[in-house]
This record gives sequence, C-alpha cells and structure tokens, in this order.
Amino acid sequence: MATTAPPAAVASLLLRAQPRDRGRQFADLVATGLVIVSAVVGVLVLVAILAYVAINGLPALNFAFFTERPLPPGEVGGGVAPAIVGTLMMLATAGLIGVPIGIGTAIYLAEYGRGGFARTVSFIVDLIAGLPSIVIGVFVWAWLVRSVVGHFNGLAGGVALAIVVIPIVTRTVEETLRLVPDPLREASLALGTPRWKTIMRIVLPTARAGIMTGVVLSLARAGGETAPLLLTALGNQFFSLDLLQPMAALPVQIYNYARAPYPDWQVKAWGGALILIVLIAALSGLSRWILTRRFGRT
Amino acid sequence: MIGVQVPRETPVTTPPAAETESGPEPRVVVRDLNAWYGTHQAIARISLDIAAKHVTAIIGPSGCGKSTFIRCLNRMHEVTPTARAQGSVELDGVNIYAPAVDPVRVRRVVGMVFQKPNPFPMMTIFDNVVAGLLLNGQYRRGEIDTLAEQALRQAALWDEVKDVWKKASGASLSGGQQQRLCIARTLAVRPEIILMDEPCSALDPIATYRIEELIGQLKEEFTIAIVTHNMQQASRVSDYTAFMLAEEDRIGRLVEFGPTSKIFTNPTERRTEDYITGRFG
Repeated sequence: MATTAPPAAVASLLLRAQPRDRGRQFADLVATGLVIVSAVVGVLVLVAILAYVAINGLPALNFAFFTERPLPPGEVGGGVAPAIVGTLMMLATAGLIGVPIGIGTAIYLAEYGRGGFARTVSFIVDLIAGLPSIVIGVFVWAWLVRSVVGHFNGLAGGVALAIVVIPIVTRTVEETLRLVPDPLREASLALGTPRWKTIMRIVLPTARAGIMTGVVLSLARAGGETAPLLLTALGNQFFSLDLLQPMAALPVQIYNYARAPYPDWQVKAWGGALILIVLIAALSGLSRWILTRRFGRT
Repeated sequence: MIGVQVPRETPVTTPPAAETESGPEPRVVVRDLNAWYGTHQAIARISLDIAAKHVTAIIGPSGCGKSTFIRCLNRMHEVTPTARAQGSVELDGVNIYAPAVDPVRVRRVVGMVFQKPNPFPMMTIFDNVVAGLLLNGQYRRGEIDTLAEQALRQAALWDEVKDVWKKASGASLSGGQQQRLCIARTLAVRPEIILMDEPCSALDPIATYRIEELIGQLKEEFTIAIVTHNMQQASRVSDYTAFMLAEEDRIGRLVEFGPTSKIFTNPTERRTEDYITGRFG
C-alpha cells in the first residue's frame, strides 16, 4: 500500500473523530430524527381519528342500528339501514358508470393518445379532478334532478359520484399503464397479436393491481362525498331501493344527525362515521383479497 | 463519432450472395430500405438478401442502426411512436410494406426475440409458451399441451422446466432460461423467419453458449437473422454477415455483406477490416 503516512498514523486518523465528522454525524442525526417524527405525527393523526371515531361511535352500534330506519326527531332508537343500502347502491351506480369510462380514458391516454386532442383530454381530466364536489352536485341537480326526473333521486346521486370517480380512476390507471414495461407490449405485438388484444390481454392484466387500487381509491373517495348527494339524492328517512326516488346515504345521514340537537342522534352520527370507515376499509381489503387469490392461481 | 479516418465514399451495397454465387435461395429480399425516427433518418438504402435456413448476422458499432434494420423486417419498427420505414422487404416475393399487407400477419410469420428476456410476468411458463397461440386463436383444442412441449423441447428448455411448467411463473427462471422461454414462445406460433435482436447481450457466457448452440439447431428449420455486437458470436453462429456503420451523419448504412468466412478473413472494405480487427467500435 502506497500510503504516505505510517500505518499507525492512519489508524489514529480513523479512530479520532474530526470536528467536521461530528458536524456531519449531527446533521445525520437531526435529519433522521425529523423524518421519524414526521412519520410518527402522520400516523398519530390517523390513529387519533380512528380511535376517536371508534370510541364515540361504538356505543351507537347495535342490531337495530344496522337493520332499522331512522326515527322521527325526538324518538330514541332506530338505525341507518336505508343509508347503508343507499350508499352501496349509489356507489355501485357510480362504479358501473365511472369505472369503465375512467379505464377507457386511461387506456386512450396511455396507449393511444398523442398530440393536441390527448393533451386536451388530459387537461379536462385534471380540471374535473379539481372541481369542488358541490359544483358537480349543482350540475347534476340542474340536469338530472330539475330537468330529467323532476325530483331528487338516487340515480342522480350515482351519476354525481361517477363524476367524482372518473378522474381518479383515469389518473391512477393511466399512471399504472405507463408503468407496464414496453418490452411486454413488444413481445406480444411480435407474436402477431393485434394492438387491442395486446392491451386487453397483456397490458391490463399486468397492471391489474394498480387498476384495482385506483378503482377502490376512487370509490372510497366517492363514498365519503356529502355535498353532491345533498343536491341530488337528498336523503330519505324511509327504506327505498328505487333509484328514481330520493335515496339515503351515509354521509348525508351523518350530516343530518351531527347537526341535530339530540344526544342520541349525535351518537348515531359517530356510529355512522365508524361504519363508513369500516365499509371503505372492507372494500379495499376485499380488493386485496381478490388480487392475492387471482395471483396465486396456477 | 468514430475515431478513425474513414474515406467518405458512397455506401456500397454489395451484390447479395445469392446473385453472385449459386448460394442458397433468398427468403427475404431487402431493397433500398430507409427508416426514420421522427425527422432523424436511422438507416439508409439497405439492400441485402437473407438466405433460407441459414443464419445471417448483422454486426456494427452501437448506433449503426442494426436493431432498427432488423425491426423493419417484421414491421416492429413502426410500433415506436413517430417511427416509419420506406422501401421494399420481400418475403417469398411479397413486399411486406405493400398497402394490402397487415403488419399483424407479418409478425406471425416473422417472429422476434428481444435483447432483454421479456416473458409475461403474470403468466406461468406454460402460459408464456402458448401466449401467442391463445392470443391469436391459432390452435385446436387438445393439441395445445403437445405444441407447448414441442416448442419447449425445440428451445432446449423442456428438461429444465417439465416438472414445474404449469405452476412456476415465467419470471422465476434464470436470465438464460427466460431467454430460451422467449424463444420457445416465438417458436410456438410456427414462424418461418426468426429475428434476434442481441439475444445474448444480457446473458452470462454459459447461457450465451446454450443460445448459440440452439441457433445452430434452429437453422435446420428456420431462417434466422441475428443482430449482435459480439463479433466472435457472429463468426461462430452465422453463415452470412452484414456489416453496418453510421458515420458523421449518424445514418446507418450497409458497408459490406457476404459469407461470414469472407467478411472475417478477407473483407473487401477497409472499414470492415478496421472494425473486425478492433481498430474502432
């Protein structure tokens, strides 16, 4: 070894911490500490919300809460069954309308879109994503509630939620499709597979985890929307499966309960919030379960 | 770009072997092939013949357009956005660039193996092999297992995977095995011609040796064109060699084409000799 200093001097150099080393070590410590604190604070906020909602909401949960309809003001008891069913029905409507449109738009943008039209589509998707949901509500109210049906209805709620769903699905699916490596597309095309089949059978299945995540994310987001539903589905004290009639929804029910002066209703608002969280968590758990099952197939 | 004085001449398009000697019949006849990426021309006026049931190697330094050239032979070049090609590539007398020709059909006859092994990650080994058949509906019920086994045997992969081929993912194999899987996948659709774009550049020497051995077996049945930056590989596996070069204008041209033995021992062109002897590239 062609070191200029004798070995002993090098060893002492290694062992003796230099002042600038201490500075660097200190900076490292501070930086590490900061990111750990951020992570802890972030998780703490989430845990606090979950715990607070759970503590306040659990007392409201009983069999009647899930099976009965809300009672008139002042009466103690009843439940939010119409709201649970209404939310599920309107989410299903939103999914049936919004997910195919969102995935289709994403395929266009990621696989075909080039030039001015694609840029315009992309810009409009961003625009809709940034639209305050009350604006979506006003629009759907003017269209489906006032002009087409004539009164508040669940279908209008579903359509409003679909408009919330479309840009989220489009963006997440588009990102996922762009992550599918081009060599896979080329491998398929080089086998003599047409472009559309390559997309349907190779690109989409490869991206299915991301697509599922996007769909669940968008439905979770739509499931918590209140403003567009107030103007479209309105809410309903009675049990109704008719999409053309006013329909109850959990967020609207929570809103109505939370601003009421009755302690029983306030507890029920917490209970509603709790099951909304559980519903969304279950939705994402379900999608993960489907994914792992499909993946583990022969 | 290349650190050697090269006399600026008009690019030589050597008369194809089949015309000068009584060599094997040409299967693919390329005439005046040009290709572009956007406004940049990548290759210019390439003309050569690819002999049936022989191996034709395309060599040349990086950026000489050899990959672009080979991708023009099954119309994969135009898959890249803004890329286009012009000229004539006749396969059994039919110009694959004729308006009536569907590029999808061309690719079923002219298969391709890529530089990096690209098995479909969400599929098993079996699913990978039969992917082309299933996607194109080119099979009869009941024969698919036999076809898959045949392709895997032909790609010299059968013995290594026969116990797990319907369970293990294609991505679980080693790099060399993945590349042979990709060859099996290409063979399964029964192409006439197989294009290989640096098929060994991502593999270790032993895996490379196995692929080269495989190429020697496959030429009994298929017409093969292989791009390689490895001159030893070209001299080992090929019967004919084309040397391409891009000079200052960055447009790839064919410098010399002929029997591999001649290109490597007694090239006509000074630039070929410089490249073969390692003076540049």
